[in-house]
Amino acid sequence: MQPILKVENLRAGIEGKEILKGINLTVNPGEVHAIMGPNGSGKSTFSGVLAGDPRFTVLGGSAVLDGTQLLDLPPETRSHAGLFLSFQYPVEIPGVTMVNFMRAAVNAKRKYLNEDPLSAAEFLKLMRQKRAIVELDNKLASRSVNEGFSGGEKKRNEIFQMAMLEPKLSILDETDSGLDIDALRIVAGGVNKLRTDRNATIVITHYQRLLDYIRPDFVHILYKGRIVYSGGPELALELEEKGYDWIKEQVGE
Amino acid sequence: MENSLNQYLELIQGNLATIDANAPEALDALRPEAVEALRRFGRLPRRGDEGFPNASPEEMFAPDYGLNITRRPIPADVAASFRCDVPNISTLTAIVVGDSFHPTATLLKNLPEGIEVMSLARAAKEHPTLVSQYLNKLAANSSAPVALNTALLQDGVFIRAARGARLDKAIQIVNIFNTPVAMMAVRRVLIVAEEDSALRVLLCDHSQRADVDYLSSQVVEIFAGKDASVELYDIEESSARTRRLSSVFVRQDSGASFFSTGCALCGGDSIASSRIDLEGAGASASLGALVIASGSRHIDNSVLLTHAAPHCTSRQLFKYALFDDSRGAFGGKVVVRPGAVRTDAAQTNRNLLVGEHSTMHSDPQLEIYCDDVKASHGATTGQLDARALFYMRSRGIPEDEARRMLVQAFMMDVADSIRLDALRDRMRLLVEKRLGGDASASCADCAACK
Repeated sequence: MQPILKVENLRAGIEGKEILKGINLTVNPGEVHAIMGPNGSGKSTFSGVLAGDPRFTVLGGSAVLDGTQLLDLPPETRSHAGLFLSFQYPVEIPGVTMVNFMRAAVNAKRKYLNEDPLSAAEFLKLMRQKRAIVELDNKLASRSVNEGFSGGEKKRNEIFQMAMLEPKLSILDETDSGLDIDALRIVAGGVNKLRTDRNATIVITHYQRLLDYIRPDFVHILYKGRIVYSGGPELALELEEKGYDWIKEQVGE
Repeated sequence: MENSLNQYLELIQGNLATIDANAPEALDALRPEAVEALRRFGRLPRRGDEGFPNASPEEMFAPDYGLNITRRPIPADVAASFRCDVPNISTLTAIVVGDSFHPTATLLKNLPEGIEVMSLARAAKEHPTLVSQYLNKLAANSSAPVALNTALLQDGVFIRAARGARLDKAIQIVNIFNTPVAMMAVRRVLIVAEEDSALRVLLCDHSQRADVDYLSSQVVEIFAGKDASVELYDIEESSARTRRLSSVFVRQDSGASFFSTGCALCGGDSIASSRIDLEGAGASASLGALVIASGSRHIDNSVLLTHAAPHCTSRQLFKYALFDDSRGAFGGKVVVRPGAVRTDAAQTNRNLLVGEHSTMHSDPQLEIYCDDVKASHGATTGQLDARALFYMRSRGIPEDEARRMLVQAFMMDVADSIRLDALRDRMRLLVEKRLGGDASASCADCAACK
């Protein structure tokens, strides 16, 4: 079986400062991986580097998505190849409607796959279906991208986009931040509905809370740019109970 | 240093009898004073002169353009006017080839009572009092380019709405360059909207040849009487070798409203100045501009807007998207005179530097000589939002398309403010097409007017 994601010795930084110091991670179809770690450990850098965020510089290593080498590709091609990043801080784009934004995204992917663009009717039908997954209001779909959305609406909008694009690998970067318990349930419910045995999910989070709703198969602890500890779901509970200090002790600090 | 004004002064001096003989006396009468003013100015403004940070009238007027001083008829390809026909827009159209006025049959047939559209030469004969009362009263040789326009003036367009006459349809004046040799057009538009009248005027610039140099010197004078409403739309969709220097003068009596939108989509260097005088209480003026420039094009806009009476409102929204090495300038001055109480003035200039080497020069100014006024101005110049760009690309939208969508979104509020429904839709489409694919596409490739 080919892994959905294989990251080997990935090193990356920002403005000359090395943040990721050799990450190794393999994610197989059907799996959910959680990446946890204290602030500043490199969690968001990891997701940004995989998605092609131009702020970061890759210093070495490789990342392969379902057979495709990611690191030399522009962000749009990584998306077409099946990568999706749910942003910790979704960006507001005044003047670009959700409909135009999504249509451009969906049809760009279809073009990459040598498929014809969707007709207006087909597209709107698809929007309707996928909106239901995260109970996203129709009114939001006709507004500018994320403009004036509440924190919860922005995160639901991220999962809605994920539903529209049907990625092979979804990376949810701190999707639980800023969510109340109801919004968290809806967002997590959306993610669970989209899970199949052919796709995979990486959940990046600070807290155990989200993992009550999205059950991980593996939990990894990222610390100072390296995965220092991996385990099953019980590891998240252990972290919740004991904090990160014992990890710091284990790595010799 | 070169002085391109001299060739025009020499031309006038050597051909005065011919110029005069081919123009109505009312226009000839303005010539001596204009020539006198030109001699006083001594030269045309140059880059670096106050108000000309980028474009240079001196350079614009330097090439050896032909001038049609004998008023030889230039064949008008009327079919050309259909190229820029705005679908579903119901306008009354006249075509101005070079600077000669050609009304269409529909225009002549459908003008309602009280609305007149004709050549300035004809108006000088039919309405000598009106023409002498208004022509050149605002422009008044106030700058060298304006004085040059007056000194060479032989014809133009006259639009009048008599007291109480209201026309909902737009009067569309299609300016066309089509000669095989370099040509300069001396355009003059005089608009008189009398008390309680309403007019909408759409000026479109087209060049049928992209391989010939053209220059248009345009002066528009607008008089809006008490409670009159005038809308002016000015669309530049010409060629990279068509340059333009346009000066618009507006005087508004009490309660008069003036609304204008300028759209510079394709064309060569362009300098536009507007002088708006809010002379009567309760008058309102709204000026918008949408500029998309690429290549090494220079586009300058300047506005001098004077609140001379109480309770007047003014709004300005000038937006630029500058690609490649293009340069833009905006100089806007709002003056609130003593006694202009309860003035409400707002001026906004927002610019997007898309091209790595594009530059913008923005100079907003407020001069307030009165208490009890509300006045604001703001100018921002920036690049496309890098976070928005990455966000869009992370969803699979290719970089070029993401850029186009962001520029389009930036520009849309100006297009949306257009009050002529069909034109508003058309502008949205033209902006989209203009930005589509390669934003440096020339007019010939942009298909906007095909």
